[in-house]
Amino acid sequence: MKKTQNVRRREVINHIVSVLSGLAALVGIFFLGWILWTVARQGLAALNLDFFTKLPAPPGSDSGGLANAIAGTVVITLLATVIGVPLGLFTGVYLSEFGRVSHFGRMVRFTTNITTGIPSIIVGLFVYTLLVVPFKHFSAYAGAVALAIIMLPVVARTTEDMLALVPNALRESALAIGMPRWRMILAILFRAARSGLLTGTLLAVARVSGETAPLIFTAMNSPYWMKSLAEPTANLTVTIFNYAMSPFDDWKRLAWGASLLIMATVLAVNILARYLLREKK
Amino acid sequence: MIDPALPLYGDLADPTPKIRVRGLDFFYGDQQALFSNDIDIAPNRVTAVIGPSGCGKSTHLRVYNRIFELYRDQKAKGDVLLNGESIFAPTMKLLELRRRVGMIFQKPTPFPMSVFENVAYGIRLHYAVPKSELEGRVEEALKGAALWEEVRDLLHKPGTALSGGQQQRLCIARAIAVEPEVLLMDEPTSAIDPIATAKIEELVDVLKKNYTIVIVTHNMQQAARISDFTAFFFKGYIVEFGETRQIFTNPKNKKTEEYITGRFG
Repeated sequence: MKKTQNVRRREVINHIVSVLSGLAALVGIFFLGWILWTVARQGLAALNLDFFTKLPAPPGSDSGGLANAIAGTVVITLLATVIGVPLGLFTGVYLSEFGRVSHFGRMVRFTTNITTGIPSIIVGLFVYTLLVVPFKHFSAYAGAVALAIIMLPVVARTTEDMLALVPNALRESALAIGMPRWRMILAILFRAARSGLLTGTLLAVARVSGETAPLIFTAMNSPYWMKSLAEPTANLTVTIFNYAMSPFDDWKRLAWGASLLIMATVLAVNILARYLLREKK
Repeated sequence: MIDPALPLYGDLADPTPKIRVRGLDFFYGDQQALFSNDIDIAPNRVTAVIGPSGCGKSTHLRVYNRIFELYRDQKAKGDVLLNGESIFAPTMKLLELRRRVGMIFQKPTPFPMSVFENVAYGIRLHYAVPKSELEGRVEEALKGAALWEEVRDLLHKPGTALSGGQQQRLCIARAIAVEPEVLLMDEPTSAIDPIATAKIEELVDVLKKNYTIVIVTHNMQQAARISDFTAFFFKGYIVEFGETRQIFTNPKNKKTEEYITGRFG
Protein backbone atom coordinates (compact mmCIF):
# COMPACT_ATOMS: atom_id res chain seq x y z
CA MET A 1 0.00 0.00 0.00
CA LYS A 2 2.71 2.41 1.06
CA LYS A 3 4.72 1.47 -2.00
CA THR A 4 1.94 2.56 -4.37
CA GLN A 5 1.66 5.97 -2.75
CA ASN A 6 5.36 6.38 -3.13
CA VAL A 7 5.12 5.64 -6.83
CA ARG A 8 2.24 8.08 -7.23
CA ARG A 9 4.18 10.77 -5.41
CA ARG A 10 7.14 10.25 -7.71
CA GLU A 11 4.88 10.39 -10.73
CA VAL A 12 3.45 13.70 -9.54
CA ILE A 13 6.90 15.15 -8.94
CA ASN A 14 8.02 13.90 -12.31
CA HIS A 15 5.05 15.59 -13.90
CA ILE A 16 5.70 18.91 -12.13
CA VAL A 17 9.36 18.92 -13.06
CA SER A 18 8.70 18.20 -16.72
CA VAL A 19 6.04 20.91 -16.89
CA LEU A 20 8.37 23.41 -15.21
CA SER A 21 11.32 22.66 -17.49
CA GLY A 22 9.02 22.76 -20.50
CA LEU A 23 7.81 26.19 -19.37
CA ALA A 24 11.35 27.43 -18.87
CA ALA A 25 12.22 26.29 -22.39
CA LEU A 26 9.12 28.04 -23.71
CA VAL A 27 10.11 31.30 -22.00
CA GLY A 28 13.53 31.10 -23.67
CA ILE A 29 12.05 30.39 -27.09
CA PHE A 30 9.42 33.09 -26.53
CA PHE A 31 11.99 35.82 -26.01
CA LEU A 32 14.13 34.62 -28.89
CA GLY A 33 11.05 34.64 -31.09
CA TRP A 34 10.08 38.08 -29.85
CA ILE A 35 13.54 39.49 -30.60
CA LEU A 36 13.61 37.89 -34.04
CA TRP A 37 10.13 39.13 -34.81
CA THR A 38 10.74 42.70 -33.64
CA VAL A 39 14.07 43.03 -35.42
CA ALA A 40 12.66 41.51 -38.59
CA ARG A 41 9.52 43.70 -38.56
CA GLN A 42 11.36 46.95 -37.80
CA GLY A 43 14.40 46.09 -39.91
CA LEU A 44 12.56 45.05 -43.07
CA ALA A 45 11.05 48.54 -43.27
CA ALA A 46 14.56 49.98 -43.53
CA LEU A 47 16.01 47.59 -46.07
CA ASN A 48 15.87 49.01 -49.58
CA LEU A 49 18.36 49.67 -52.34
CA ASP A 50 19.51 52.94 -50.70
CA PHE A 51 20.36 51.07 -47.51
CA PHE A 52 22.94 49.00 -49.35
CA THR A 53 24.24 51.62 -51.79
CA LYS A 54 24.20 55.07 -50.20
CA LEU A 55 26.25 56.87 -47.59
CA PRO A 56 24.58 58.05 -44.39
CA ALA A 57 22.61 61.27 -44.88
CA PRO A 58 21.91 64.06 -42.40
CA PRO A 59 18.93 63.29 -40.17
CA GLY A 60 15.57 64.14 -41.66
CA SER A 61 16.60 63.83 -45.29
CA ASP A 62 15.23 60.28 -45.37
CA SER A 63 17.52 59.16 -48.18
CA GLY A 64 20.70 57.81 -46.57
CA GLY A 65 22.06 54.28 -46.44
CA LEU A 66 24.75 52.34 -44.64
CA ALA A 67 26.84 51.21 -47.58
CA ASN A 68 30.06 52.44 -45.96
CA ALA A 69 29.30 50.68 -42.67
CA ILE A 70 28.51 47.41 -44.46
CA ALA A 71 31.78 47.63 -46.36
CA GLY A 72 33.66 48.60 -43.19
CA THR A 73 32.27 45.67 -41.23
CA VAL A 74 33.13 43.26 -44.03
CA VAL A 75 36.69 44.60 -44.27
CA ILE A 76 37.29 44.64 -40.50
CA THR A 77 35.84 41.14 -40.05
CA LEU A 78 37.86 39.75 -42.96
CA LEU A 79 41.05 41.30 -41.66
CA ALA A 80 40.30 39.98 -38.16
CA THR A 81 39.75 36.52 -39.67
CA VAL A 82 43.03 36.69 -41.58
CA ILE A 83 44.88 37.57 -38.36
CA GLY A 84 42.93 35.55 -35.82
CA VAL A 85 42.18 32.28 -37.61
CA PRO A 86 45.75 31.20 -38.50
CA LEU A 87 46.95 32.09 -35.01
CA GLY A 88 44.02 30.20 -33.49
CA LEU A 89 44.55 27.22 -35.79
CA PHE A 90 48.18 26.88 -34.87
CA THR A 91 47.50 27.40 -31.19
CA GLY A 92 44.99 24.56 -31.48
CA VAL A 93 47.56 22.43 -33.31
CA TYR A 94 50.05 23.07 -30.55
CA LEU A 95 47.54 22.14 -27.85
CA SER A 96 46.44 18.97 -29.59
CA GLU A 97 49.66 17.71 -31.17
CA PHE A 98 52.56 18.95 -29.09
CA GLY A 99 51.35 20.28 -25.76
CA ARG A 100 48.67 17.76 -24.88
CA VAL A 101 50.32 16.75 -21.62
CA SER A 102 53.19 19.22 -21.24
CA HIS A 103 53.27 21.88 -18.56
CA PHE A 104 53.45 24.69 -21.10
CA GLY A 105 50.54 23.14 -23.00
CA ARG A 106 48.38 23.13 -19.90
CA MET A 107 49.31 26.75 -19.30
CA VAL A 108 48.35 27.74 -22.85
CA ARG A 109 45.06 25.85 -22.55
CA PHE A 110 44.25 27.58 -19.27
CA THR A 111 45.13 31.00 -20.68
CA THR A 112 43.05 30.35 -23.77
CA ASN A 113 40.05 29.48 -21.61
CA ILE A 114 40.50 32.67 -19.61
CA THR A 115 40.82 34.75 -22.77
CA THR A 116 37.50 33.38 -24.00
CA GLY A 117 35.89 34.87 -20.93
CA ILE A 118 37.47 38.34 -21.04
CA PRO A 119 34.71 40.94 -21.54
CA SER A 120 35.09 42.31 -25.05
CA ILE A 121 35.08 45.92 -23.84
CA ILE A 122 38.33 45.21 -22.04
CA VAL A 123 39.85 43.82 -25.24
CA GLY A 124 38.72 47.07 -26.89
CA LEU A 125 40.37 49.22 -24.23
CA PHE A 126 43.52 47.13 -24.43
CA VAL A 127 43.84 47.59 -28.18
CA TYR A 128 42.97 51.27 -27.74
CA THR A 129 46.01 51.80 -25.53
CA LEU A 130 48.13 49.59 -27.79
CA LEU A 131 47.22 50.71 -31.32
CA VAL A 132 45.13 53.85 -31.07
CA VAL A 133 46.78 56.04 -28.45
CA PRO A 134 50.35 55.71 -29.81
CA PHE A 135 49.25 56.48 -33.40
CA LYS A 136 46.82 59.17 -32.31
CA HIS A 137 43.99 57.97 -34.53
CA PHE A 138 41.31 55.32 -34.66
CA SER A 139 41.74 52.74 -37.39
CA ALA A 140 40.25 49.71 -39.12
CA TYR A 141 43.33 47.66 -38.32
CA ALA A 142 42.99 48.41 -34.60
CA GLY A 143 39.39 47.18 -34.83
CA ALA A 144 40.52 44.07 -36.68
CA VAL A 145 43.18 43.31 -34.09
CA ALA A 146 40.62 43.65 -31.28
CA LEU A 147 38.26 41.24 -33.05
CA ALA A 148 41.15 38.87 -33.85
CA ILE A 149 42.03 38.68 -30.15
CA ILE A 150 38.47 37.64 -29.43
CA MET A 151 38.51 35.06 -32.26
CA LEU A 152 41.83 33.46 -31.39
CA PRO A 153 40.80 31.41 -28.35
CA VAL A 154 37.52 30.36 -29.98
CA VAL A 155 39.35 29.00 -33.02
CA ALA A 156 42.12 27.49 -30.86
CA ARG A 157 39.73 25.50 -28.70
CA THR A 158 37.60 24.22 -31.58
CA THR A 159 40.76 23.27 -33.47
CA GLU A 160 42.06 21.35 -30.48
CA ASP A 161 38.73 19.57 -30.01
CA MET A 162 38.39 18.72 -33.70
CA LEU A 163 41.96 17.39 -33.97
CA ALA A 164 41.45 15.36 -30.81
CA LEU A 165 38.63 13.55 -32.61
CA VAL A 166 41.03 12.28 -35.29
CA PRO A 167 42.08 8.77 -34.24
CA ASN A 168 45.74 8.23 -33.34
CA ALA A 169 45.82 5.35 -35.82
CA LEU A 170 45.62 7.90 -38.63
CA ARG A 171 48.54 9.89 -37.19
CA GLU A 172 50.57 6.72 -36.87
CA SER A 173 49.82 5.51 -40.37
CA ALA A 174 50.89 8.85 -41.81
CA LEU A 175 54.15 8.77 -39.85
CA ALA A 176 54.61 5.10 -40.74
CA ILE A 177 55.13 5.86 -44.43
CA GLY A 178 57.87 8.30 -43.46
CA MET A 179 55.85 11.51 -43.43
CA PRO A 180 57.35 14.27 -41.31
CA ARG A 181 55.18 15.42 -38.47
CA TRP A 182 54.36 18.88 -39.84
CA ARG A 183 53.19 17.31 -43.05
CA MET A 184 51.11 14.74 -41.20
CA ILE A 185 49.36 17.63 -39.44
CA LEU A 186 48.82 19.81 -42.50
CA ALA A 187 48.08 17.14 -45.10
CA ILE A 188 46.34 14.43 -43.11
CA LEU A 189 44.93 15.81 -39.87
CA PHE A 190 43.68 19.10 -41.34
CA ARG A 191 42.07 17.18 -44.15
CA ALA A 192 40.47 14.66 -41.81
CA ALA A 193 39.14 17.44 -39.58
CA ARG A 194 38.45 20.00 -42.28
CA SER A 195 34.70 20.40 -41.80
CA GLY A 196 35.19 20.81 -38.05
CA LEU A 197 37.92 23.38 -38.57
CA LEU A 198 35.80 25.32 -41.03
CA THR A 199 32.92 25.21 -38.58
CA GLY A 200 35.16 26.61 -35.83
CA THR A 201 36.21 29.45 -38.09
CA LEU A 202 32.64 30.25 -39.06
CA LEU A 203 31.49 30.23 -35.44
CA ALA A 204 34.34 32.58 -34.54
CA VAL A 205 33.28 34.93 -37.34
CA ALA A 206 29.70 34.77 -36.10
CA ARG A 207 30.92 35.40 -32.58
CA VAL A 208 32.67 38.68 -33.47
CA SER A 209 30.28 40.02 -36.06
CA GLY A 210 27.99 41.36 -33.37
CA GLU A 211 30.76 42.84 -31.22
CA THR A 212 30.37 46.56 -30.58
CA ALA A 213 32.42 47.47 -27.53
CA PRO A 214 35.83 46.53 -28.97
CA LEU A 215 35.10 48.62 -32.07
CA ILE A 216 33.96 51.77 -30.25
CA PHE A 217 37.51 52.21 -28.94
CA THR A 218 39.32 51.10 -32.07
CA ALA A 219 37.61 51.50 -35.44
CA MET A 220 35.19 54.09 -34.05
CA ASN A 221 32.87 55.22 -36.82
CA SER A 222 32.79 57.45 -39.84
CA PRO A 223 30.22 58.93 -42.21
CA TYR A 224 32.46 58.37 -45.22
CA TRP A 225 33.78 55.52 -47.30
CA MET A 226 37.03 54.13 -45.94
CA LYS A 227 40.11 55.17 -47.89
CA SER A 228 42.70 53.29 -45.89
CA LEU A 229 42.94 50.87 -43.01
CA ALA A 230 44.55 53.59 -40.92
CA GLU A 231 41.52 55.80 -40.41
CA PRO A 232 38.31 55.70 -38.40
CA THR A 233 36.06 53.25 -40.21
CA ALA A 234 32.31 52.95 -40.39
CA ASN A 235 30.89 49.62 -39.21
CA LEU A 236 27.44 48.26 -38.54
CA THR A 237 27.56 47.65 -34.81
CA VAL A 238 28.88 51.05 -33.76
CA THR A 239 26.42 52.59 -36.21
CA ILE A 240 23.59 50.78 -34.46
CA PHE A 241 24.90 52.06 -31.15
CA ASN A 242 25.05 55.67 -32.41
CA TYR A 243 21.87 55.73 -34.47
CA ALA A 244 19.60 53.83 -32.13
CA MET A 245 20.22 56.39 -29.41
CA SER A 246 19.73 59.36 -31.68
CA PRO A 247 16.42 61.27 -31.60
CA PHE A 248 15.89 60.97 -35.37
CA ASP A 249 13.37 58.51 -36.77
CA ASP A 250 15.21 57.84 -40.02
CA TRP A 251 18.44 57.06 -38.17
CA LYS A 252 16.57 54.74 -35.83
CA ARG A 253 15.14 52.99 -38.84
CA LEU A 254 18.63 52.50 -40.28
CA ALA A 255 19.76 51.07 -36.93
CA TRP A 256 16.96 48.49 -37.15
CA GLY A 257 17.99 47.66 -40.68
CA ALA A 258 21.59 47.16 -39.59
CA SER A 259 20.42 44.97 -36.70
CA LEU A 260 18.43 42.78 -39.05
CA LEU A 261 21.37 42.49 -41.42
CA ILE A 262 23.74 41.35 -38.65
CA MET A 263 21.18 38.98 -37.17
CA ALA A 264 20.46 37.38 -40.52
CA THR A 265 24.16 37.00 -41.27
CA VAL A 266 24.94 35.42 -37.91
CA LEU A 267 21.97 33.11 -38.29
CA ALA A 268 23.06 32.09 -41.77
CA VAL A 269 26.64 31.48 -40.65
CA ASN A 270 25.45 29.37 -37.72
CA ILE A 271 23.19 27.29 -39.92
CA LEU A 272 26.01 26.81 -42.43
CA ALA A 273 28.36 25.74 -39.62
CA ARG A 274 25.84 23.20 -38.33
CA TYR A 275 25.26 21.90 -41.81
CA LEU A 276 28.99 21.43 -42.37
CA LEU A 277 29.37 19.57 -39.11
CA ARG A 278 26.49 17.29 -39.95
CA GLU A 279 27.98 16.60 -43.38
CA LYS A 280 30.97 15.12 -41.60
CA LYS A 281 28.90 12.57 -39.71
CA MET B 1 72.21 -26.41 -29.19
CA ILE B 2 72.35 -23.38 -31.45
CA ASP B 3 75.72 -22.37 -32.78
CA PRO B 4 76.42 -18.83 -31.46
CA ALA B 5 77.64 -17.89 -34.93
CA LEU B 6 74.18 -18.63 -36.29
CA PRO B 7 71.22 -16.26 -35.98
CA LEU B 8 68.58 -17.19 -33.43
CA TYR B 9 66.53 -18.93 -36.10
CA GLY B 10 69.42 -21.35 -36.70
CA ASP B 11 70.32 -22.57 -40.16
CA LEU B 12 66.76 -22.53 -41.47
CA ALA B 13 67.10 -19.29 -43.43
CA ASP B 14 69.60 -16.76 -44.75
CA PRO B 15 72.32 -16.47 -42.09
CA THR B 16 72.25 -12.66 -42.20
CA PRO B 17 69.18 -11.49 -40.27
CA LYS B 18 67.20 -8.58 -41.69
CA ILE B 19 66.50 -7.35 -38.19
CA ARG B 20 68.49 -8.27 -35.12
CA VAL B 21 67.09 -7.33 -31.70
CA ARG B 22 69.30 -7.51 -28.64
CA GLY B 23 68.43 -6.78 -25.03
CA LEU B 24 65.35 -4.73 -25.87
CA ASP B 25 63.54 -3.26 -22.86
CA PHE B 26 60.51 -1.04 -23.20
CA PHE B 27 58.83 1.35 -20.81
CA TYR B 28 55.47 3.09 -20.66
CA GLY B 29 56.42 5.78 -18.18
CA ASP B 30 57.75 3.81 -15.21
CA GLN B 31 55.98 0.63 -16.25
CA GLN B 32 58.27 -1.86 -17.98
CA ALA B 33 56.52 -3.71 -20.79
CA LEU B 34 59.34 -5.61 -22.52
CA PHE B 35 62.22 -7.41 -20.85
CA SER B 36 65.51 -8.02 -22.66
CA ASN B 37 63.95 -9.25 -25.90
CA ASP B 38 66.39 -11.03 -28.24
CA ILE B 39 65.21 -12.09 -31.66
CA ASP B 40 66.45 -12.34 -35.25
CA ILE B 41 64.11 -11.72 -38.16
CA ALA B 42 65.00 -13.77 -41.23
CA PRO B 43 64.97 -11.95 -44.58
CA ASN B 44 62.14 -12.82 -46.98
CA ARG B 45 60.39 -14.92 -44.41
CA VAL B 46 57.24 -14.40 -42.38
CA THR B 47 57.84 -14.19 -38.66
CA ALA B 48 54.71 -14.40 -36.51
CA VAL B 49 54.51 -12.87 -33.06
CA ILE B 50 51.93 -14.58 -30.84
CA GLY B 51 50.93 -14.46 -27.19
CA PRO B 52 48.07 -13.46 -24.91
CA SER B 53 46.66 -9.91 -24.77
CA GLY B 54 48.93 -7.41 -23.13
CA CYS B 55 52.06 -9.54 -23.45
CA GLY B 56 53.94 -6.91 -25.44
CA LYS B 57 53.56 -8.21 -29.02
CA SER B 58 52.50 -4.87 -30.50
CA THR B 59 54.83 -2.94 -28.23
CA HIS B 60 57.72 -5.00 -29.56
CA LEU B 61 56.71 -4.47 -33.18
CA ARG B 62 56.26 -0.72 -32.71
CA VAL B 63 59.94 -0.37 -31.82
CA TYR B 64 61.10 -1.53 -35.27
CA ASN B 65 59.95 1.68 -37.02
CA ARG B 66 60.25 3.85 -33.89
CA ILE B 67 56.57 4.77 -34.21
CA PHE B 68 56.29 4.68 -30.40
CA GLU B 69 58.30 7.91 -30.31
CA LEU B 70 55.11 9.79 -31.13
CA TYR B 71 54.30 9.37 -27.44
CA ARG B 72 56.53 11.22 -25.01
CA ASP B 73 56.25 8.79 -22.14
CA GLN B 74 57.36 5.72 -24.12
CA LYS B 75 61.02 4.69 -24.05
CA ALA B 76 63.01 1.82 -25.56
CA LYS B 77 66.37 0.56 -24.34
CA GLY B 78 68.62 -1.99 -25.96
CA ASP B 79 69.27 -2.29 -29.64
CA VAL B 80 67.55 -3.07 -32.91
CA LEU B 81 69.74 -3.53 -35.97
CA LEU B 82 68.34 -3.19 -39.47
CA ASN B 83 70.80 -4.77 -41.92
CA GLY B 84 73.39 -4.52 -39.17
CA GLU B 85 72.85 -0.79 -38.52
CA SER B 86 71.26 0.41 -35.32
CA ILE B 87 67.89 2.08 -35.88
CA PHE B 88 68.73 4.36 -32.96
CA ALA B 89 72.07 5.48 -34.44
CA PRO B 90 72.34 9.24 -35.05
CA THR B 91 73.14 8.48 -38.68
CA MET B 92 69.83 6.65 -39.07
CA LYS B 93 67.35 9.08 -40.61
CA LEU B 94 63.97 8.52 -38.99
CA LEU B 95 61.89 9.26 -42.10
CA GLU B 96 64.11 6.95 -44.17
CA LEU B 97 63.82 4.22 -41.52
CA ARG B 98 60.04 4.46 -41.77
CA ARG B 99 60.19 4.28 -45.54
CA ARG B 100 62.29 1.12 -45.27
CA VAL B 101 60.16 -0.43 -42.53
CA GLY B 102 56.47 -0.12 -43.44
CA MET B 103 53.59 -0.78 -41.09
CA ILE B 104 50.04 -2.06 -41.41
CA PHE B 105 47.71 -1.40 -38.50
CA GLN B 106 44.89 -3.29 -36.85
CA LYS B 107 42.15 -1.07 -38.25
CA PRO B 108 42.45 0.00 -41.87
CA THR B 109 43.44 3.67 -41.87
CA PRO B 110 43.10 5.09 -45.38
CA PHE B 111 44.03 8.77 -45.61
CA PRO B 112 41.10 11.15 -46.16
CA MET B 113 41.76 11.32 -49.91
CA SER B 114 41.15 9.34 -53.08
CA VAL B 115 42.30 5.75 -53.60
CA PHE B 116 44.90 7.00 -56.07
CA GLU B 117 46.18 9.74 -53.76
CA ASN B 118 46.43 7.32 -50.85
CA VAL B 119 49.09 5.43 -52.75
CA ALA B 120 50.59 8.35 -54.66
CA TYR B 121 51.15 10.46 -51.55
CA GLY B 122 53.97 8.34 -50.19
CA ILE B 123 55.59 7.94 -53.60
CA ARG B 124 55.73 11.73 -54.07
CA LEU B 125 56.97 12.09 -50.51
CA HIS B 126 60.07 10.00 -51.10
CA TYR B 127 60.75 10.06 -54.83
CA ALA B 128 60.87 12.72 -57.50
CA VAL B 129 58.62 10.85 -59.90
CA PRO B 130 57.44 12.56 -63.10
CA LYS B 131 53.68 12.66 -63.44
CA SER B 132 53.72 10.25 -66.36
CA GLU B 133 55.48 7.64 -64.24
CA LEU B 134 53.38 8.16 -61.13
CA GLU B 135 50.29 6.43 -62.49
CA GLY B 136 52.31 3.36 -63.36
CA ARG B 137 53.85 3.24 -59.89
CA VAL B 138 50.44 3.52 -58.24
CA GLU B 139 49.07 0.77 -60.46
CA GLU B 140 52.04 -1.42 -59.64
CA ALA B 141 51.57 -0.93 -55.88
CA LEU B 142 47.84 -1.68 -56.15
CA LYS B 143 48.62 -4.82 -58.15
CA GLY B 144 51.18 -5.78 -55.53
CA ALA B 145 48.44 -5.57 -52.91
CA ALA B 146 46.05 -7.63 -55.09
CA LEU B 147 43.66 -4.69 -55.22
CA TRP B 148 44.08 -3.30 -58.73
CA GLU B 149 41.33 -5.31 -60.42
CA GLU B 150 38.82 -4.20 -57.79
CA VAL B 151 39.64 -0.50 -57.77
CA ARG B 152 40.86 0.32 -61.27
CA ASP B 153 37.59 2.13 -61.94
CA LEU B 154 37.37 3.64 -58.45
CA LEU B 155 40.73 5.39 -58.34
CA HIS B 156 39.19 8.78 -57.72
CA LYS B 157 36.70 7.64 -55.13
CA PRO B 158 37.63 8.35 -51.51
CA GLY B 159 39.68 5.59 -49.88
CA THR B 160 37.10 5.32 -47.12
CA ALA B 161 34.45 4.30 -49.67
CA LEU B 162 36.06 0.86 -50.08
CA SER B 163 35.10 -2.18 -47.99
CA GLY B 164 37.09 -2.96 -44.84
CA GLY B 165 39.15 -5.67 -46.50
CA GLN B 166 39.83 -3.49 -49.53
CA GLN B 167 40.84 -0.61 -47.25
CA GLN B 168 43.35 -2.86 -45.54
CA ARG B 169 44.81 -3.91 -48.89
CA LEU B 170 44.89 -0.21 -49.83
CA CYS B 171 47.01 0.34 -46.72
CA ILE B 172 49.29 -2.48 -47.86
CA ALA B 173 49.54 -0.86 -51.30
CA ARG B 174 50.34 2.47 -49.63
CA ALA B 175 53.07 0.79 -47.62
CA ILE B 176 54.71 -1.11 -50.49
CA ALA B 177 54.48 1.91 -52.81
CA VAL B 178 57.48 3.49 -51.07
CA GLU B 179 59.55 0.34 -51.65
CA PRO B 180 60.19 -0.81 -48.10
CA GLU B 181 62.37 -3.76 -47.09
CA VAL B 182 60.31 -4.83 -44.10
CA LEU B 183 56.54 -4.91 -43.54
CA LEU B 184 55.28 -4.85 -39.98
CA MET B 185 51.70 -6.06 -39.60
CA ASP B 186 50.00 -5.40 -36.31
CA GLU B 187 47.00 -7.79 -36.23
CA PRO B 188 46.09 -6.78 -39.78
CA THR B 189 43.06 -9.05 -40.05
CA SER B 190 41.48 -8.67 -36.64
CA ALA B 191 39.02 -6.02 -37.82
CA ILE B 192 37.93 -7.63 -41.10
CA ASP B 193 35.76 -10.54 -42.19
CA PRO B 194 37.01 -14.11 -42.85
CA ILE B 195 36.93 -13.89 -46.67
CA ALA B 196 38.92 -10.65 -46.65
CA THR B 197 41.23 -12.23 -44.11
CA ALA B 198 41.91 -15.17 -46.44
CA LYS B 199 42.81 -12.72 -49.22
CA ILE B 200 45.29 -10.94 -47.01
CA GLU B 201 46.82 -14.23 -45.88
CA GLU B 202 47.34 -15.24 -49.52
CA LEU B 203 48.84 -11.85 -50.15
CA VAL B 204 51.30 -12.21 -47.27
CA ASP B 205 52.52 -15.42 -48.85
CA VAL B 206 53.20 -13.61 -52.12
CA LEU B 207 54.69 -10.52 -50.50
CA LYS B 208 57.39 -12.44 -48.66
CA LYS B 209 59.22 -12.96 -51.96
CA ASN B 210 60.06 -9.26 -51.91
CA TYR B 211 59.70 -8.21 -48.31
CA THR B 212 60.58 -9.39 -44.86
CA ILE B 213 57.35 -9.68 -42.91
CA VAL B 214 56.72 -9.57 -39.18
CA ILE B 215 53.10 -10.15 -38.23
CA VAL B 216 51.51 -9.85 -34.82
CA THR B 217 48.46 -12.05 -34.58
CA HIS B 218 45.93 -13.13 -32.03
CA ASN B 219 44.95 -15.98 -34.20
CA MET B 220 47.14 -19.04 -33.73
CA GLN B 221 45.79 -20.83 -36.81
CA GLN B 222 46.79 -17.79 -38.79
CA ALA B 223 50.31 -17.89 -37.38
CA ALA B 224 50.53 -21.61 -38.17
CA ARG B 225 49.19 -21.10 -41.71
CA ILE B 226 51.27 -18.20 -42.92
CA SER B 227 54.48 -17.93 -40.91
CA ASP B 228 57.90 -19.56 -41.21
CA PHE B 229 59.04 -18.59 -37.73
CA THR B 230 57.07 -17.89 -34.58
CA ALA B 231 57.93 -16.01 -31.43
CA PHE B 232 55.82 -16.63 -28.36
CA PHE B 233 55.60 -13.62 -26.05
CA PHE B 234 54.50 -13.79 -22.44
CA LYS B 235 54.48 -10.90 -19.95
CA GLY B 236 57.02 -8.94 -21.96
CA TYR B 237 59.46 -11.83 -22.42
CA ILE B 238 60.13 -13.81 -25.58
CA VAL B 239 59.53 -17.21 -24.07
CA GLU B 240 60.17 -19.24 -27.18
CA PHE B 241 61.28 -18.54 -30.71
CA GLY B 242 61.78 -21.01 -33.49
CA GLU B 243 60.49 -22.54 -36.65
CA THR B 244 56.70 -22.31 -36.76
CA ARG B 245 56.24 -26.04 -37.32
CA GLN B 246 58.38 -26.85 -34.31
CA ILE B 247 56.60 -24.30 -32.07
CA PHE B 248 53.19 -25.69 -32.93
CA THR B 249 54.04 -29.40 -32.92
CA ASN B 250 56.78 -29.68 -30.39
CA PRO B 251 57.06 -26.62 -28.16
CA LYS B 252 60.00 -26.74 -25.80
CA ASN B 253 58.55 -24.42 -23.19
CA LYS B 254 55.61 -25.41 -21.00
CA LYS B 255 53.99 -21.97 -21.24
CA THR B 256 54.14 -22.11 -25.04
CA GLU B 257 52.49 -25.50 -24.99
CA GLU B 258 49.75 -24.30 -22.68
CA TYR B 259 49.08 -21.29 -24.89
CA ILE B 260 49.00 -23.07 -28.23
CA THR B 261 46.78 -25.82 -26.84
CA GLY B 262 44.37 -23.15 -25.67
CA ARG B 263 44.77 -23.57 -21.95
CA PHE B 264 44.98 -19.82 -21.58
CA GLY B 265 44.86 -16.82 -23.81
